[in-house]
Amino acid sequence: MARRATPEVNAGSMADIAFLLLIFFLVTTTIEKDKGIARQLPPPIEQDQDVIIKQKNLFIVNVNKNDQLLVEEELADLKDLRQLAIDFLDNGGAPSGTPDYCNYCKGKRSPESSDNPQKAVVSMQNDRLTSYKMYIAVQNELVAAYNFLRDREAQRLYGWKYTEMKKGIDEGDITGSRADDIQRKMEVVQELIPLKLSEAEPKKSGS
Amino acid sequence: MSKFNKKKSGDLPAISTASLPDIVFMLLFFFMVVTVLRDSNLLVMQRLPKGDQVEKLQKDRSVFIYAGKPGPGYEKYGKEAKIQIGDKYTDVTNIRFALEELRRKLRPELQDKIMIALKVDEETNTGLVTDIKQELREQNLLKLIYITTPGNQLDE
Repeated sequence: MARRATPEVNAGSMADIAFLLLIFFLVTTTIEKDKGIARQLPPPIEQDQDVIIKQKNLFIVNVNKNDQLLVEEELADLKDLRQLAIDFLDNGGAPSGTPDYCNYCKGKRSPESSDNPQKAVVSMQNDRLTSYKMYIAVQNELVAAYNFLRDREAQRLYGWKYTEMKKGIDEGDITGSRADDIQRKMEVVQELIPLKLSEAEPKKSGS
Repeated sequence: MSKFNKKKSGDLPAISTASLPDIVFMLLFFFMVVTVLRDSNLLVMQRLPKGDQVEKLQKDRSVFIYAGKPGPGYEKYGKEAKIQIGDKYTDVTNIRFALEELRRKLRPELQDKIMIALKVDEETNTGLVTDIKQELREQNLLKLIYITTPGNQLDE
């Protein structure tokens, strides 16, 4: 037995190494986190079809080349846009007893504004010189108005916010039969508050 | 018992591990500097607008279109906003070919669920975005997502 024992390597710094690796992975993995506003484009149309929408069911948002906002023919501030859109969508102007009557709307029920959320259409028009920043800000506020109402209805029917349901599905936290159940609930809410956001073709610059 | 204690006599001295943290630190810094987690080289400015009503991008089925003014180092291409797909500038009429090329790189079962991710600089005119959207409509690529950074423009 002439073998000599090799000295033990000090393992005291193992913890440090592990920590460094941990930090390294923490730093590198958080970079990819693209999020954004999803939108479905209308399919290409062969010929122009005229769809008749009553003036009162139309909420027109106009942005000019100087990024100023015109909502329903009146100058408005970006910060008021969300509430204006909610008031319009939630108005429920159709009189009680008619087939269009909206029993879950909590708005003013003004006959001048939209009949019900299914009929209400938000139309956005912008100039070609509108900045993309403003365009996204307006889109964001309009989607926020829809999300607010969907959250409210989902909370009323199922005690759970619509945006939270969607997040759960998107991030894969909910799977299997529960996901199907929630998908169905989300469709009910989408039926109540359909996202009808139309974009008109922008006018030529300077108009 | 003394039998076991005896072997100490001819031992090598323990290797000093005091410099090990420094070595690992150097490695760490090296990797931090070298790793780039972006697959295409950006030729355009990318200051994305802010938004808070966002959805997560599904990266496995997305194709990116970048737009904005030529970025730092590419000023020679002018000051007009440009479209970038993949690693090079594209103009509106060529979008379809560039996208088709990228689409083939996706997994076959996801090619029909393709989503177009628009990363557009906030100072771009909407007209350019409209041109892109019009082209996408003609190609029947109807799902798109405007990539934003977290936050709300009202808070500025």
